[in-house]
Amino acid sequence: MLDIKRIPLGAWIGLILTSLFLICAIFAPWLAPYGNGEIVGDVWGPMTSTNLLGTDNLGRDLLSRMIYGARITIFIAVLATALAFSLGSILGFTAAVVGGWFDSLMSRFVDLLMSIPTLIFALVVLSVLPANILTLILVMGILDSTRVYRLSRAVAVDINVMDFVEAAKLRGEGRGWIIFREILPNALSPLVSELGLRFIYAVLFLSALSFLGLGVQPPSADWGGMVKENKDGIVFGIPAALIPAGAIAALAISVNLVADWILNRTTDLKGGRGNA
Amino acid sequence: MSSPILKLIVQRVALGIVLLFAVSLLIFVGTEILPGDVAQSILGQTATPQALAALREELGLNDPAYVRYLRWLGGVLSGDLGTALTSGHDIASSISDRLANTLFLAACAAVVAVPLAILLGLLAVRYRNGPVDKAISAFALASTSFPEFFIGYLLVFFFAVKWQFFPAISTVFDGMSFIDRLHAVALPATALTLVVLAHMMRMTRAAILNVMQSAYIETAELKGLRPLEVIRKHAFPNAIAPVVNVVMLNLAYLIVGVVVVEVIFVYPGMGQYLVDHVAKRDVPVVQAVGLIFAAVYILLNIVADISAILANPRLRHPK
Amino acid sequence: MPDEQSRKAKSGRLLDIRNLRIEATTYPPGEPPKTITLVHDVSLTLERGKVLGLIGESGAGKSTIGLASMGYGRGGCRIIGGEVVLNGRDILKGGRSGLRKLRGREVCYVAQSAAAAFNPAHQLMDQVVEASLLHGTAKRAAAEKRAVELFRKLGLPDPENIGKRYPHQVSGGQLQRVMTAMALCSEPDLIVFDEPTTALDVTTQIDVLAAIRDAIRDTGVAALYITHDLAVVAQVADEIMVLRHGRLVEWGDTRQIIKEPRQEYTNALVSVHEIEHQEKKAADTPFLSVKNVTAAYGQGTVKVLKNVSVDIHSGQTLAVVGESGSGKSTLARAITGLLPPMEGSITFGGKKLSNALSARSKEDLRQLQMVYQMADVAMNPRQPISTIIGRPLEFYFGMKGAERDRRVAELLDKIEMGKGFADRYPAELSGGQKQRVCIARALAAKPKLIICDEVTSALDPLVANGILKLLLELQAEEGVAYLFITHDLATVRSIADSIAVMYRGEVVRYGSKSEVLAPPFDPYTDLLLSSVPEMEIGWLDKAIASRRMESAGN
Repeated sequence: MLDIKRIPLGAWIGLILTSLFLICAIFAPWLAPYGNGEIVGDVWGPMTSTNLLGTDNLGRDLLSRMIYGARITIFIAVLATALAFSLGSILGFTAAVVGGWFDSLMSRFVDLLMSIPTLIFALVVLSVLPANILTLILVMGILDSTRVYRLSRAVAVDINVMDFVEAAKLRGEGRGWIIFREILPNALSPLVSELGLRFIYAVLFLSALSFLGLGVQPPSADWGGMVKENKDGIVFGIPAALIPAGAIAALAISVNLVADWILNRTTDLKGGRGNA
Repeated sequence: MSSPILKLIVQRVALGIVLLFAVSLLIFVGTEILPGDVAQSILGQTATPQALAALREELGLNDPAYVRYLRWLGGVLSGDLGTALTSGHDIASSISDRLANTLFLAACAAVVAVPLAILLGLLAVRYRNGPVDKAISAFALASTSFPEFFIGYLLVFFFAVKWQFFPAISTVFDGMSFIDRLHAVALPATALTLVVLAHMMRMTRAAILNVMQSAYIETAELKGLRPLEVIRKHAFPNAIAPVVNVVMLNLAYLIVGVVVVEVIFVYPGMGQYLVDHVAKRDVPVVQAVGLIFAAVYILLNIVADISAILANPRLRHPK
Repeated sequence: MPDEQSRKAKSGRLLDIRNLRIEATTYPPGEPPKTITLVHDVSLTLERGKVLGLIGESGAGKSTIGLASMGYGRGGCRIIGGEVVLNGRDILKGGRSGLRKLRGREVCYVAQSAAAAFNPAHQLMDQVVEASLLHGTAKRAAAEKRAVELFRKLGLPDPENIGKRYPHQVSGGQLQRVMTAMALCSEPDLIVFDEPTTALDVTTQIDVLAAIRDAIRDTGVAALYITHDLAVVAQVADEIMVLRHGRLVEWGDTRQIIKEPRQEYTNALVSVHEIEHQEKKAADTPFLSVKNVTAAYGQGTVKVLKNVSVDIHSGQTLAVVGESGSGKSTLARAITGLLPPMEGSITFGGKKLSNALSARSKEDLRQLQMVYQMADVAMNPRQPISTIIGRPLEFYFGMKGAERDRRVAELLDKIEMGKGFADRYPAELSGGQKQRVCIARALAAKPKLIICDEVTSALDPLVANGILKLLLELQAEEGVAYLFITHDLATVRSIADSIAVMYRGEVVRYGSKSEVLAPPFDPYTDLLLSSVPEMEIGWLDKAIASRRMESAGN
């Protein structure tokens, strides 16, 4: 079982910060001192006891906006990651086990999608699609599923040629047993740590799109959008834009620390006890 | 040059060309078949059906999709990228200056990032598992987790606003001296460098480590060679290919970073141009610029693969 | 610097290792680093021009000791105690520059895998003369001349030009000779040979072994010869040192060690191949017969089995012997249906077996079980032993719950492991235990035939011996037949009732054990038989003298 004393410091920091962000996201309306669009003071007001992080470009409470922003950012990133994962891993595993034309067709198509930088392709597609959250989740999820596809296919192909899978085939086991009982338990740990990395990528990707004005549309805003709203203050020495930007960095780092820790615990194919 | 190697290179280039055509098709399909109508976007929601029909006829939108694709592709191949819907300007001529600006910015970043990444990667290998290595990998973790605009605005906040070393907005214009130009792009180039540095360094470290752990390095040590000689004579020739590969892949990564960085610093390059026209839903511009970005990306990937082929002794000296 | 006078001398003490103690730190994932002692106070001496064999199983510390004679610790090994006196001075006190001066000059190293030990980016000649030029023992032209002479002495083809080649252009057996030439080129006092023939096929091994032995004798260099194979080291060494778990077991001259071992462990190593097995007479009708099977990879382009016919009788063992590339494992794949034959048929119990795996009935699959070479990867690392052995019971016989657990315990008992192992995972077992579990899994299906694909070749000799004995016992109890695939003729003698010798996809000799192993021989079987090292001094000379066919590796 998991021994709490053996969790390294970095992983602790990651776990605590990640949970903190998650709590903010889930309980946003109860935690935020003011409403999301409520104007409470002057434009870019300083940090005071009533507005802990000051106010934004329209005089809204920055802390409240940050908490609501956490909700939107994490919500979209989680859904996009979930879409990328389910799509990518199902297709990847199927391609590895079935092989043949299905594998060739899927793999060539993924090669093609990956030969265009993701951000560029997203921009191209977003130029014609309606700007709403569903579109964002679909575009991000589908584009990112290519990476999950590659990883899960590669992992499954590696495991599929191992002797214990051959032994199961010789025993006469069906495809279901082979995928779910032989391959999946051994593919899980690389996929779990990849899950963390894909989530970070989704957060950064969403933030970049919103920062460019092509992601979440006003008046609601994710953290990337808040950077865009407040960026003009920077040249006047007002650091309001740095706060959401820093929050993105902190979220990414903490998830990274957790993913690193999981990966280090489970890189071996030894299996056995105590591993995820 | 022996023939099998030439054959591989020709194959790789041919594959790249095929890929480029496939990408052009993908971009076209992505922008044309999805909902939305160019005529509608030009004339706006209030346009009369007659005006819409007339404009569609004029733009050739009533032709079947493949005819429009071939027409567009033919134009691109002959250097005609079409006209921007919003301004009516010729896209090719609006792009040329901006492309040069973007390449200048990317080149500045690359000139700093590549040697620095290799040096840091070497240091990390030399002091493996020591404090230097740990510090370098902590920096790499931070840097891959930082969004581009966080790095960008931190630089602006301190170097442009607080200390006023460099301008916050990178204005470049014709007839500017080289030094002035460098001064103008200092901050965006730094931001871009930081964006790619971590990745490049991590991969360089892995590539060099892989070579250093080979049995032939032990053989060289057991001949009594000095550590530097071991690296120069035995590790270096085998590390070139993977390192060049890493560098090229990361330069390809640069062109994604450049989009956001140009917006941060209001730099008149391709990225800024693309983002503006995505917001305006100016499809012909988006198609053209998207294709150029994709082409550069594919080109760098081809160069990476070819350098790996050239540096492989098994291919250079076939049986 | 060593005294030049004593370096030139032909006799006297060259190497004196006293109370050597070596430690290493390991970093198991998710646990604090552990420090383990690999070598416990081992001492040895070596006279000029003599060969000392270091022998032991994996983990005995033999390579670690060999490398310590050059002051080198591989992968985080540290020499923490003792002295290594070479040419009259303790090299551990000479600092890094002192070590660099002796490496490649006084002591040279020959690695197990020459293919990995040569730099792929440089021509062989540059690498061979590198140490001589570095230490200034010869000018380039002189060094190259010596290298060519050494190439000729070591029996390399085209000695004038082979140096211009790159490592990947030369075969494994030849590279091993080039590496020996590289070690000899700077005229060192001592060469450390680290399992130089282990990775080679048996018929290639004998040539390389003879070449190394002659080169040592003619140049008068001293050597530490490290191997796990006592029969091999008996051909080259003057003295043998037996090591186990980093400690000295026994040290004596070669004749004494192999003829009159004083320690029980040494005795076990010496008598490792002596399992007496009485050949069983074949019944009239075989239960499995392979008739004229031809199989190929890649849509028939590469034929790996050509017109192969063999029979297997109930409760008996057919051994299939051959070198790498002979098609012996492909035969197993054809029988199991993993590689459906292009031509020919396989009959089982009188009826024809479907060629393809997917077309076979569950009952047919049950009758035919398989045990693999690498037990590590033959078991799902995420399943406990109870699932690994229990699954066939569940799958073929529908056993569940307590009934299944009872049967698993019975099977664990049969393979001489307690039922306490049932809830362990494969990673928690030793190599021999893993292979036993794989055998139990095969046995669980109550098959008529178990295909054993090189099941002992990844194991240390004593452990392998235990597995062979277990297989024989199980055969007596259960009446199961084996198709035993191996490259090792000594194993065949211990276990087979009939033998098929394969060469380049064809069966070149087939019959009962007594027939196959009795003269007159065909040329290939003769080569194969004569290449198996025997635990006998002078065997190598006899074997070389009596050979009729060039080995496949040349």
